[in-house]
Amino acid sequence: MTVTQFAEKYGIKAIAVESGDREITGGYVGDLLSWVMGRASSGDVWITIMSNINIAAVAALTDVACIVLAEDVQPDEKVVAVAKDKGINLLASERNAFELAGLLYGELNAQ
Amino acid sequence: MGEAIRFHFNVDGDNFTSAGQASVQIKKNLRQLGVAPEIIRKVSIAMYEGEINMVIHANGGDADVLVHEDGIEIILEDRGPGIPDVDLAMKEGYSTAPDNIRSLGFGAGMGLPNMKRYTDSMVIETELGKGTKITMRVNF
Repeated sequence: MTVTQFAEKYGIKAIAVESGDREITGGYVGDLLSWVMGRASSGDVWITIMSNINIAAVAALTDVACIVLAEDVQPDEKVVAVAKDKGINLLASERNAFELAGLLYGELNAQ
Repeated sequence: MGEAIRFHFNVDGDNFTSAGQASVQIKKNLRQLGVAPEIIRKVSIAMYEGEINMVIHANGGDADVLVHEDGIEIILEDRGPGIPDVDLAMKEGYSTAPDNIRSLGFGAGMGLPNMKRYTDSMVIETELGKGTKITMRVNF
């Protein structure tokens, strides 16, 4: 399933999606950047409530498929600009991290 | 033996929002050189943690990445306050980062432990009031 397919199916809003055809292979939930940095894998949907500029660097380095900001956390403009520039997929949902992870888990295990 | 390829970066200590730029850049450089993805991941994570440390604690510094025939060497050098107790700093969860840094998602006390975990060797040379030099290696 691609980032765009996942987003459309569950009403997750695209904030900056330059490469929506990225395939999703897993998921990771976390807000401590060092923790996420060491544990998230390439192809993951990274679900977080952290919205500062450093999430862009973490997403780029871990090569996650996308960032989903839970509970409609709004990123500052700079994050959106950097995400667009670096081709990082950034999305947001009003659901909380638990619900988003549950949907993703169900989706990946149904395949 | 060929000459090692060297990449040099100046880590800006004042600009917390751009921290990580050197790591993202080195990731690109190594990819262009055809380095294996798992090696790139280790190097860029170790480098990012080091970069963040230099910005939080030492007002920036210098980062050098050398690509040798048998591995990659990362040298991070700052002129910060030095590390009083290296063993304590190496403990997961121990952090001296201020609250404003924690609110950004850092300061979990994972920086140095992550650097050690993702590299094959790590040497810390530090002197109080003078600075810290960290040399890491990731073998091919």
